[in-house]
Amino acid sequence: MLHEKLEKNTALMAVLIVVAISFGGLVQIVPLMFKGAIVEPADGVEPYSAIRLAGRDVYIAEGCYNCHSQQIRPFRSETERYGHYSVAGEFVYDHPFQWGSKRTGPDLARVGGIYSDDWHYLHMIDPRAVVPESNMPAYPWLEHRYVDGQAIEQRMRALRRLGHPYTDEQIENASSEVAGVTELEALIAYLQGLGTEWTGQRPGAQAGGE
Amino acid sequence: MSAFWHWFVVIITLGFIAAMVWLFIATGRARVPSETNEEGNETTGHVWDEDLTELNNPMPRWWLWLFYGTVIWSLIYLALYPGLGNFAGITGWTSEGQYIEEMEQATAEFDARFGELVGRPLEELAHNPEALRLGRNIFAHNCSTCHGSDARGARGYPNLTNNHWSWGGRPEQVLTSIYEGREGIMPGFGDALNDQEVTRTAVFVQQLAGMQVDQTMAAAGRRHYDMLCAACHGPDGEGNPDLGSPDLTAGVFSYGSSIDAIRETIRNGRHGVMPAQRDLLGEARSRLVAAYVLSLNETNSDADD
Repeated sequence: MLHEKLEKNTALMAVLIVVAISFGGLVQIVPLMFKGAIVEPADGVEPYSAIRLAGRDVYIAEGCYNCHSQQIRPFRSETERYGHYSVAGEFVYDHPFQWGSKRTGPDLARVGGIYSDDWHYLHMIDPRAVVPESNMPAYPWLEHRYVDGQAIEQRMRALRRLGHPYTDEQIENASSEVAGVTELEALIAYLQGLGTEWTGQRPGAQAGGE
Repeated sequence: MSAFWHWFVVIITLGFIAAMVWLFIATGRARVPSETNEEGNETTGHVWDEDLTELNNPMPRWWLWLFYGTVIWSLIYLALYPGLGNFAGITGWTSEGQYIEEMEQATAEFDARFGELVGRPLEELAHNPEALRLGRNIFAHNCSTCHGSDARGARGYPNLTNNHWSWGGRPEQVLTSIYEGREGIMPGFGDALNDQEVTRTAVFVQQLAGMQVDQTMAAAGRRHYDMLCAACHGPDGEGNPDLGSPDLTAGVFSYGSSIDAIRETIRNGRHGVMPAQRDLLGEARSRLVAAYVLSLNETNSDADD
């Protein structure tokens, strides 16, 4: 019987199991790869500048995503605290995206402009200096490390192959743009840009807040 | 979604459901060769370890119906909610729509409870216990990260309780600071002044604040002050709230009053930024928190509940 053949042939069964469970992915994932709102940048969203790209690398290297998410869901309880909910088009230049899945610290999807540069500086050197109840670790070494301009240039070239519209000029200027920039400064530049670019945000992420 | 992807999703989804139903019916009907054991029950005919056999019972009815139930549930769900390609579902539900509805409802509740209160003049709100209770909460959630939970500030972040204002303390000025934010830029004079001159100027600044200092040093520093500092801080150090240049005679120093702190300020300048809150808090909450901040500066205030 057919069923007997299947049961006794593990390789064939494995292949057919893969076929069976891939239907979900075919329906849920594949069409999204061709949907404009998801693969096109939202209005105003640009590829990361050299310094912010460097900051993003620091963010990943230091494991910030372990405690901070970057996705505001469309619920009042989220937007009241963090601002307008996130949309897919804001993340098209994130490879990989930093949505995260854990909020030991607050969500950072729209942290840009909420605090001053000086505040971030102090906060990275010693989080308790500005938020006494904070349990975030300090990152004092970032102040003494410098961004590698050559590496950023190569990274931008690689991203261009993935379809990020960097111009030759942007890539050529990358090294000089980040010359002498500390990792801390780059990280702050990255944070200060988070969530600020999309121009389609509705005002009033808080109830009664026109 | 283009027509192709629409039908792609619809056909695979419905086809898969149909295939599963077929699979259950077909396998339920298929009969394997069976035997009857001595107790009269149907078995599959397999025998293990001499006498172990497997009964050939049909799938339990309740379990089968549970399966058909999930099929019916999925069809109802796909009819009510978006799921089949471009079909929006009978209810027209979207997560965005649900969010907007949630916000409208909350806004209506907020307006009904606090709309009238928020519209009152700030001077009155600063004495209204209800407004201050709300304002204190908003302050704790949004402002205390820089200004401290007691509003007494920190190095570089102004104390909001001492009735000393860089950008003016009138209600509308405080509200503007909250709405639009402020950016105070003091340039550094490290290139214009050498170390000794910086020190002398710092000593004069201390004298302006009423501290006991070396008179000769201060007199020498005054020359540099008049040349470089008076433009913003005024000839007598009284400051200018339009520029955010603090009153130097008040004895209040955001960055510290030690001679080293003042020298650092003169040499490197300062750049204080208060982010704009209008879009973050909204106007109603901004007014409440402004009232709270104003109330902190009223001595003998009867509104401090």
